[in-house]
Amino acid sequence: MANDLSMKERLALGRVHMPELDAAVRSRNFEEVNRGLGLDEAVQEAKRCIQCKHRPCVEGCPVGVSIPEFLDALAAENLPESARILQGDNALPAVCGRVCPQETQCEAKCVRGVKGEPVAIGYLERFVADWAMCNAEKLAKTGLPPSTGKRVAVVGCGPAGLTAAGELARAGHGVTIFEALHDTGGVLRYGIPEFRLPKEIIDVEVSRLVAMGVEIECNVIVGKTLTLGQLREEFDALFIANGAGLPTMLNIPGENLKGVYSANEFLTRVNLMEAGRNPNASTPIIAGRQVAVIGGGNTAMDCVRTARRLGAERAMIVYRRGEAEMPARVEEIKHAKEEGVEFVMLTAPLEIIGNDAGWVAALRCQRMELGPPDESGRRKPEAVAGSEFDLPAEVVVNAVGTSANPLLTATAPALELNRWGNIVADEAGATSIPGVYAGGDMVRGGATVILAMGDGKGAAAAINNHLA
Amino acid sequence: MFEILENEILAPNLHRLVVKAPRVASARKPGQFVIVRADRGDERIPLTIGDADPAAGTVTLFIQAIGASTRKIVDIPVGGALRDVAGPLGQPTHIEKWGRVACIGGGVGTAVLFPLARALAEAGNEVTTIIGGRSDKYVILADELAAFSSEVLITTEDGSRGRTGFVTHALNDLIADPARKPAMVVAIGPVPMMRAVAELTRPHGIETVVSLNPIMIDGTGMCGGCRVVVGGESKFACVDGPEFDGHLVDFAGLSDRLTTYRSFEEQARHAATECRLAKEVANG
Ligand SMILES: Cc1cc2nc3c(=O)[nH]c(=O)nc-3n(C[C@H](O)[C@H](O)[C@H](O)COP(=O)(O)OP(=O)(O)OC[C@H]3O[C@@H](n4cnc5c(N)ncnc54)[C@H](O)[C@@H]3O)c2cc1C
Ligand SMILES: Cc1cc2nc3c(=O)[nH]c(=O)nc-3n(C[C@H](O)[C@H](O)[C@H](O)COP(=O)(O)OP(=O)(O)OC[C@H]3O[C@@H](n4cnc5c(N)ncnc54)[C@H](O)[C@@H]3O)c2cc1C
Ligand code: SF4
Ligand code: SF4
Ligand code: FES
Ligand SMILES: [Mg+2]
Repeated sequence: MANDLSMKERLALGRVHMPELDAAVRSRNFEEVNRGLGLDEAVQEAKRCIQCKHRPCVEGCPVGVSIPEFLDALAAENLPESARILQGDNALPAVCGRVCPQETQCEAKCVRGVKGEPVAIGYLERFVADWAMCNAEKLAKTGLPPSTGKRVAVVGCGPAGLTAAGELARAGHGVTIFEALHDTGGVLRYGIPEFRLPKEIIDVEVSRLVAMGVEIECNVIVGKTLTLGQLREEFDALFIANGAGLPTMLNIPGENLKGVYSANEFLTRVNLMEAGRNPNASTPIIAGRQVAVIGGGNTAMDCVRTARRLGAERAMIVYRRGEAEMPARVEEIKHAKEEGVEFVMLTAPLEIIGNDAGWVAALRCQRMELGPPDESGRRKPEAVAGSEFDLPAEVVVNAVGTSANPLLTATAPALELNRWGNIVADEAGATSIPGVYAGGDMVRGGATVILAMGDGKGAAAAINNHLA
Repeated sequence: MFEILENEILAPNLHRLVVKAPRVASARKPGQFVIVRADRGDERIPLTIGDADPAAGTVTLFIQAIGASTRKIVDIPVGGALRDVAGPLGQPTHIEKWGRVACIGGGVGTAVLFPLARALAEAGNEVTTIIGGRSDKYVILADELAAFSSEVLITTEDGSRGRTGFVTHALNDLIADPARKPAMVVAIGPVPMMRAVAELTRPHGIETVVSLNPIMIDGTGMCGGCRVVVGGESKFACVDGPEFDGHLVDFAGLSDRLTTYRSFEEQARHAATECRLAKEVANG
């Protein structure tokens, strides 16, 4: 243990602050908001960890990252060792360190949080992962195992697919990822904005996989370009991780006016296609001076903060419950507020009003109040009679959610689905078809990056058994 | 990368490209399309698969260069390549034996119509083809269509070939003639043309299929940008279509949504033209 500090001294240390870009500056560009810790800060924060024997933080992490161990190595300034431990447990630590909801996972379980603030596990995970990316030559090379001669196909290049591919390649199988879009990363690329997750990180992670021999074929839509049946003939096993890419429509009048976007469309234009942020990109986007984003989750925050960066003077979150009920991460809400986003709470959309030329002019809303809790325990919003009002807006973004995209499953009748169209898979990821595994959002519905990765890891282990 | 093996000019600004895309060529059925990007940073452009040769691993695209992105695509010489070709997307055409069928194409829509008309003929239908264009030089594929059509009727707006006027005039004649009245009509072309055809057939109760071309991005049902109202319901043209019952389509809504990015498109066209001119000047 890096024991240059006594327990008392460790307990006296306060939690580190993440340096951030100035809100006025960053709300007009797409640069990463969180700048990352310096070495001294990171080492000091790692020393706040008191190395609990029963490791409660690890239980809070869906993939069981060896948190005390990687923090201990970091506290001792042994970065190669810290990186080795971290990378052994988590295939995409630079991603998770940035986008995991740590406050409800690992950090929620940290004993230091009982009487003060938890260890900043996420910041430190990011620090070590970023260090490893810049210092690849200082890390021990892990040689590739001998080939098993088996081939596995992975459908979808999001976090679940990437994780599974890495694990399977490490086991010596030949792995090919088929991706429908023209680029890798899934939601990491087309959904989560650059200012939270620089796309360069995905490129580095993907190139690590390619260096391990993983083949990635973009522009292949399984169910259209190739069928599941063809893949089963050509490969010894399959892992399906095609995400939850189907927007939920609002089904209110005016939804087809010009200037109304689904969150998926809005974010895809800006993130994947680089509209509005790269002058050489040719995909257009309607930016809007006044933008209303409907919803209260991470996706809504990403949309509204993007709208600000595209130049909106008024960027508004319209949510039917209160701020305390918002599912978005606390950090996201804080950042959005600092960036001048307006929160129009307890407000539900009724209709999108257009002008004579067919463009959005306003979002007609209704005030809500919270009634008694429903079965889910959340207080149910109820409309306040006579409270209708119009919010002027040129762009309305619908970020109320996504569901399972039936493109693939519609062509694979033998694959058992639940009533929402998600693939049914057991704990190991096995589906109703032998040799076909599934995980991530396609199984869970909209979940998190780390849960999708956990599924990828679990399914890869099950596939290894299946092929052994 | 998807190599371009042929690039032929059929009419002003209308090119026929043969592209190496083996997976698409094997999987494709008439009525489906691909999404193409010429290069990194470019928009995703939907294009109907005009024809395919699975043995050669090629698809044929008919492309009308109307804006910056289609211009860039058709300007790629033979031996060059498209960075991305994804597909086949959309539902294949529903092919059935109706008996007498009228296939109507306008502009580049004639090219989109071609594989479909041929599939209908191969299924035993008696196909009358009506194709229209602004003038003679915009009329394409007349000979190719004649190979399997019982009749090819041509209309031009300026009268330089065939009958003067619009395709609807020729269709009107067909419907009026009991010996030639179609049981089913397929219309593919500019939105106003498809709309006019649907209005013409509606009172006669003739089933009318149209192929819609809303603005698309992913083409897989992920973004919802391609939504069109059909029979009062929102449909995603990329996965539910692109072919729909013309009598149920909200054409006005479709036309309007197609204008969403007009100001961007004009700018891009300008920039592209200036860039071309500059190159031409530089090359003497
Ligand atoms: C805007 C937004 C912000 C988010 N923010 C966070 C966050 O901060 N923290 C967090 O933990 N989670 C966040 N999430 C959730 C998280 O991104 C997802 O849970 C996670 O990406 C799911 O991973 P996946 O691998 O299952 O699917 P995806 O990431 O959706 O990847 C699926 C991939 O499969 C491809 N595909 C689809 N169909 C086919 C097919 N037929 N053939 C081939 N390929 C196909 C898709 O193009 C895509 O690339 C966010 C989600 C969104 C939308
Ligand atoms: C399913 C489908 C099949 C198609 N098949 C063919 C075909 O076989 N041959 C052919 O020449 N054209 C076809 N089109 C139309 C073609 O996609 C557009 O002409 C092209 O995208 C215009 O791009 P641009 O940048 O060159 O022109 P721009 O100047 O940018 O746009 C010109 C007009 O094209 C439309 N448009 C713009 N962007 C898109 C987009 N991303 N998706 C769809 N429409 C758009 C708009 O109405 C716009 O006003 C098809 C469209 C669809 C949806
Ligand atoms: S992967 Fe996520 S939950 Fe696990 S330790 Fe890292 S930040 Fe915490
Ligand atoms: S719970 Fe907190 S203090 Fe304890 S080992 Fe985990 S990170 Fe360290
Ligand atoms: S193009 Fe995105 S859903 Fe159809
Ligand atoms: Mg364009």
